[in-house]
Amino acid sequence: MKSEFFSPGRFRAVVVKEFIQMRRDRLTFAMMIGIPLIQLILFGFAINSDPRHLPAVVLSADNSVFSRSVVTAMHNSSYFNVLRSVSSRAEAQQLLAEGEIQFVLTVPEQFGRRLIRGEKPVLLLEADATDPAASANAMTAFREIVSRSVYRELKGPLADLLPGEEPVTLRIHADYNPEGITQYNVVPGLMGVILTLTLVIITGLAITRESERGTMENLLSTPVKPIEVMIGKIFPYILVGYIQILLILTAAKLLFHIPMRGSLPLVFALSLLFIAANLTVGVTFSTVAKNQLQAMQMTIFFFLPSILLSGFMFPFRGMPEWAQYIGQILPLTHYLRIVRGILLKGNGLAQSWCHIWPILLFWGIVLTVGVKRYRRTLD
Amino acid sequence: MMDEQEFVIDVHGISKSFGSKTVVKNLDMRVAKGEIYGFLGPNGSGKTTFIRMLCGLLKPDKGFGTCLGYDILKESDRIKPHVGYMSQKFSLYGDLTVRENLDFIARMYGLKKCRQAVDECIARMGLETFRNQLAGNLSGGWKQRLTLASCTLHSPKLLLLDEPTAGVDPGARRDFWDEVHKLAAEGITALISTHYMDEAERCHRLAYIAYGDLLASGTVAEMIENSGLATWSVSGKNLHDLSEKLRDMPGIQQVVAFGNTLHISGKDHAAMEKSILPYMSESFRWAKIQTNLEEVFIHLMQQVRNV
Repeated sequence: MKSEFFSPGRFRAVVVKEFIQMRRDRLTFAMMIGIPLIQLILFGFAINSDPRHLPAVVLSADNSVFSRSVVTAMHNSSYFNVLRSVSSRAEAQQLLAEGEIQFVLTVPEQFGRRLIRGEKPVLLLEADATDPAASANAMTAFREIVSRSVYRELKGPLADLLPGEEPVTLRIHADYNPEGITQYNVVPGLMGVILTLTLVIITGLAITRESERGTMENLLSTPVKPIEVMIGKIFPYILVGYIQILLILTAAKLLFHIPMRGSLPLVFALSLLFIAANLTVGVTFSTVAKNQLQAMQMTIFFFLPSILLSGFMFPFRGMPEWAQYIGQILPLTHYLRIVRGILLKGNGLAQSWCHIWPILLFWGIVLTVGVKRYRRTLD
Repeated sequence: MMDEQEFVIDVHGISKSFGSKTVVKNLDMRVAKGEIYGFLGPNGSGKTTFIRMLCGLLKPDKGFGTCLGYDILKESDRIKPHVGYMSQKFSLYGDLTVRENLDFIARMYGLKKCRQAVDECIARMGLETFRNQLAGNLSGGWKQRLTLASCTLHSPKLLLLDEPTAGVDPGARRDFWDEVHKLAAEGITALISTHYMDEAERCHRLAYIAYGDLLASGTVAEMIENSGLATWSVSGKNLHDLSEKLRDMPGIQQVVAFGNTLHISGKDHAAMEKSILPYMSESFRWAKIQTNLEEVFIHLMQQVRNV
């Protein structure tokens, strides 16, 4: 009873108690480890799997060794499944519109001859970009496929065409949205999604459980201060959050070979902010919810917009403007950009700052609401 | 009559309402040190709310007073360390063991030598065999014993027990009350709410509260005396018919069947005797008996309803 405001001893006791309860509550514990794993496997493999054998047709007005070589190489790359040749542009476009095929390769007249003359003839690849993520890899690979196959044919007297610039001009037509299609987007994004889901639910439940089971009443009749209970309950889950991050980053590296260009310590440091924001949301929900079921419902209410409007599910810039405004409020939106920026682009603190302050702002507001509500429910 | 005594609870004009519903109305209460004070009243009469106000879980809307010498409005932080509160519902952690629960509570009160205090408490309350069992798996009686252990762990000066023995068998209840009397002998004051008459009779003093109002208080004898009730007992055949006939007679307020006897009580002694006179035949045996607490309480409750 020495300290009037905050007692480390009592805080420690709350933390120890939470850990014991966490250990005994097998279901919750399984959820904390299981959710990341299941989501990783589902999203990681299902969404991230590199689409191959995409159906394609060729509209060729040239029958040179070069054009044949390009088509064979496309087929062999396994990205494209070259179904057949079509004879008219109208037919090709019909197929594309119907969704029968994903790509049309157009080879112009005299392609081979103009290539030999060094005129850099144009090869046109049109992609059905309604699902940009589906065609992205094939489009990226196309450039490489063409130049290799053409080089292979530049033998003997044609070898002097080899060095220098590319012998062919490539045109790729697609609604290319660079933010939405990078293969590596999903796994770093999952980190934010998993943290949001588990942390908000678990803290929401942990506190409503105390009031639902009546233990809160007992707790409040002791000299313990609300702040000690709050922080004592939150602290173990910060550790849980970091375990999840470690789990996901390890999987990202080993299973998905995600490049990690930026600084991992920076990811860890900035994650604390995001974890704190989510825990505070959970705590605030628990001060409003009367029982665990309500807390769960509120969590879903928060989780759905987070997962749908943050740019995790859909390309952010592909969303309508009003949805983007909502998305901008959510911490997940900014956390995704921070993590992707650091891991994939090698961003540092300076480049991340524009996504840090919105999380801080969000946190501050939710914390204020939570503390106000918490005092009032105590009466 | 006990002005010179030290009052552990001394509150006046306490009121509390939730929304438009007034739960406690202008309640005064004085409880002397070392007293076991019984707190009775029908469900929803405001007992729990009043007890919660005493230990700082709720703030009174009106009223003033002290608990353990501290202002109940401003100094609940000073009151809490000296109070052991036991809520109606089992409120320890079902997923912690007996030992872990006690250890946690000990730390909440900032006890020094936690381990020793917990060990002593386990030994004193006879909880050794259960020490590593999950509290949620204990039977009702042992749960209640554990709760009593947890709220006496920090040697409080005042126990606030809110229906501590609800749903506990008579043996465990008797053990529990023996324990409370032992603590009272050590100078601990206890305010206990209950619905059991036998428990009420084990209290030093009683208060009866109904729908927020304090209706009566005093010792058991005083309560019975002040009620002014007289009671007759009758036995014989066809008691049920008799009870139907007597129920609406002038002067008779209560007719209650107790196995093979009926208890008939009323406040207006003359009118009651006049009413039962025709039935004083050979087939019934009549005797004037001591009014018991239950009859007093039912009488009090009826009065409130009639108002």
